[in-house]
Amino acid sequence: MQHKIIDAKDVVIRFAGDSGDGMQLTGSLFADMSAIHGNGLSTFPDYPAEIRAPHGTVSGVSGFQVHIGSEKVNTPGDFCDMLVAMNPAALKANAKWCKRHAMILVDEDAFDEAGMQKAGFKTENPFSELAVDDRTLIIAPITTLTRESLKDSGMDNKAILKCKNMFTLGIACYIFNRPLEPIFDYLERKFSKKHPEVIGPNRKVLSDGFNYAANVQAIANTYTVEPIKDAPKGTYRNINGNQATAWGLLAASEKSGLPLFCGSYPITPATAILEELALHKNLGARTVQAEDEIAGICTAIGASFAGNLAVTTTSGPGLSLKSEALGLACIAEIPLVLVDVQRGGPSTGLPTKTEQTDLNQALYGRNGECPIPVVCAHSPAHCFDAAFNAAKIALEHMTPVILLSEGFLGNGSEPWLIPSMKDYPAIRPPFVKGEPAEGEKFRPFARKEGNMVPEWALPGWKGYEHRKGGIEKTHEGVISTDPLNHEMMVRERAAKVAAIAGDIPELKLIGEKSGELLVVGWGGTYGHLLSAYSELREEGTRVSLAHFDYINPLPANTSEVFSAFRKIIVCELNSGQFANYLRGLFPQFDFIKFNKVQGQPFLVEELKEAFRKEL
Amino acid sequence: MAELTFKDFKSDQEVRWCPGCGDHAVLASLQRALPKVSQALGYEKERFVVVSGIGCSSRLPYYMSTYGFHGIHGRATAISTGIKVANPELSVWQACGDGDALAIGGNHFIHAIRRNVDINIMLFNNRIYGLTKGQYSPTSKLGAITKTSPYGTVENPFNPGSLVLGAKGTFFARSLDVDLPLNEQILTQAALHEGCSVIEFLTNCVIFNDGAHKDISDPAVRADRTVTLRQSERMIFGKDRNKGLVFDGERLSVVTIGENGITEDDILVHDAHADNLTLQMALADMKGPDFPVALGVIRDVRDTTYDRAVRKQVEEVSGKSGVHCVDELLHSGSTWEIK
Repeated sequence: MQHKIIDAKDVVIRFAGDSGDGMQLTGSLFADMSAIHGNGLSTFPDYPAEIRAPHGTVSGVSGFQVHIGSEKVNTPGDFCDMLVAMNPAALKANAKWCKRHAMILVDEDAFDEAGMQKAGFKTENPFSELAVDDRTLIIAPITTLTRESLKDSGMDNKAILKCKNMFTLGIACYIFNRPLEPIFDYLERKFSKKHPEVIGPNRKVLSDGFNYAANVQAIANTYTVEPIKDAPKGTYRNINGNQATAWGLLAASEKSGLPLFCGSYPITPATAILEELALHKNLGARTVQAEDEIAGICTAIGASFAGNLAVTTTSGPGLSLKSEALGLACIAEIPLVLVDVQRGGPSTGLPTKTEQTDLNQALYGRNGECPIPVVCAHSPAHCFDAAFNAAKIALEHMTPVILLSEGFLGNGSEPWLIPSMKDYPAIRPPFVKGEPAEGEKFRPFARKEGNMVPEWALPGWKGYEHRKGGIEKTHEGVISTDPLNHEMMVRERAAKVAAIAGDIPELKLIGEKSGELLVVGWGGTYGHLLSAYSELREEGTRVSLAHFDYINPLPANTSEVFSAFRKIIVCELNSGQFANYLRGLFPQFDFIKFNKVQGQPFLVEELKEAFRKEL
Repeated sequence: MAELTFKDFKSDQEVRWCPGCGDHAVLASLQRALPKVSQALGYEKERFVVVSGIGCSSRLPYYMSTYGFHGIHGRATAISTGIKVANPELSVWQACGDGDALAIGGNHFIHAIRRNVDINIMLFNNRIYGLTKGQYSPTSKLGAITKTSPYGTVENPFNPGSLVLGAKGTFFARSLDVDLPLNEQILTQAALHEGCSVIEFLTNCVIFNDGAHKDISDPAVRADRTVTLRQSERMIFGKDRNKGLVFDGERLSVVTIGENGITEDDILVHDAHADNLTLQMALADMKGPDFPVALGVIRDVRDTTYDRAVRKQVEEVSGKSGVHCVDELLHSGSTWEIK
């Protein structure tokens, strides 16, 4: 057979196996390697809620999809060019994601009777049963070969079997013409201190996998994906959304000169933000792993009152628990950033899957008239800027801010051209200056004209003693149940939030400024919408795209942008929450809804189809 | 530093508790204690912060002229924790009731004690929900008749002292609302204690639970039904100062000096600084009719405080790390160049 090297513009690889098979690591190593190679990259981990779900079953399958390209990549890809399935269940759960010409690599040893039964196959041929027998099948005895490779390593059987993923990664490296050195470097970094004994065996099994692939006849073609040619110059790194969020908050701490305080409770998929901040005490971060979600936000409220940049991080159910305290932060008019990494709901819902279903809760989920700014992140790396901006708004406008992230963003990663902090603005909280004049009392809720922001005085500052809290007050900070005072304060707090529109960038339009169809999205769907937009353009179909990073308040030019299009389609991973919000604010426009609530991102294909229908 | 007086801690707000409410006395005690604390620790007025939850006693921050934060129901302890961790230089005082701290806020209460956050929790225990007009609380006695227990409660109450010591609290004291000199002394000692101090004030609610603690506070019986514990002094009580407590290693008992060969030398000497909790736990648990209720500082021991430990760790890690700013952080770990 003639061996061909195919130059591919982009390829999608999906690694799937039991939740203990190490597929997340395999996938992320492959991703890191591709990033270092200079490829465009986007990743999507898709894993079960259980740490070790029942072995060999479809519900226990853990997947990691990597999309690499010779140009910038916007999404992890709808369908894959190569599926790695470590057992029958992984094949069964993922066969539907294979492209027509896809390559499927399986561990032959796992396809025994027991494995086939656990996965629920009814016939002896899983490939024909799933109608993928026309794909390129690479059926390799991975378990046997791994055992053979490590038989002299001195490792026990259990430890040897854990190296199957490295053998598989070796095969993938051969198929996609990736050098092994970056993985060797990784092994050195990771294990040289604590477990130097595992470095050698892992190197060996990786190389053996690579060599096996080079010799086996089943692999006719290999692929190269060239580095991006005209990528902006500079230093890059691979970053996921939760890490970027944590770092964006640290950046805001540095730019405001206020120590970062994070009070949080572990919750999937937001926990990694707390973990990342706990790691960075070197930058002054104080983290409190609180006794519950409520204590998380309440310790943050206390820390904010005392003058820290206060943050609490959570996911949907935690946001529900924090509702009352958010109201407290609103009426006490203290800065606070709440990060909600959204997951499938309601209640426990789909803890490890992605959704945009907390928007209503973020906008409205509190008692009383309780306006809170809502901002969102649109890609893993953008979480950095989004977190920075959320903190800037909170500190400069004396208000809690909700930052909506998504499981898809938090766990997903992409290459990031590392910015320089000198390009970020200073953050200037409205602190009082000097000591108050003799006989003058500080008025904690008196507002600056224009942006309606009250001044901030910290405990420990002489002469500014005052009280804040959850009960309605006058500008002087005195309890008041006066009907007109209450209404005035309600209006002033709303006006303060509305005035933030003056501080946020205008809505950017991608494509023509007017036309037949405007595609509208917010948050983590950006990559998919952008891909759909670009692909349609290449096919000669013109739509424009307006993607929102700011939801409350909306950019000042929103209505103007909308008015230039005959149709507007609002795409979101919920039942139409943003569309309903827009309908309330702009009744003059007709908003078409395009929704998906499956705990999965959009597919570019389904978006394109939806847009074509409207044209 | 100018010497502060109680007037410096009084706000211009009208105190709106019912006439005869026990909270008035505790407020006055705090306003008298803080100048002494200020003197002892060298703290200016602006370093004091008073935090509260929801309930009658939680209005206290408005009656103090210090920095204050009036939180939400049950969460004062979490708010205080955040304030203290954010700025350990502040002296944090918390007012909360039995419903606030032990029912809706029970979780935060035990965890602040477990962590030993250096805050001073004033627990106003009137065994009733006052602000919602008379429902039973977690400290209402079994069988208490209230609006939500018209036929009597069928649940046992918490003894706050047992809860505090059970969570390995480092400071617990108890006092009667009306005992201003003891209140003042306890509050001052609580302020000097580094760590989480819980002071239980047995307060009266004239409207919904009048005589909440009458069985021990009535002047006619107080001397016989309470024992005020003082460091290194014998646990002697009674109108005639002839009763005392002895401990056989397992249980406490009340004895009479001069009877059965008992002399003053047989009576226990109080040691609030003893690390061993056994005796302090037994003292905190004492109740009538067999025992006097213990007042005064029952436990006062030193341990690392959470707020200092958090700060120390930040300092230690910062000292060792090679990453000192965000630019360095962004370039740490795996990166690559595109030229």
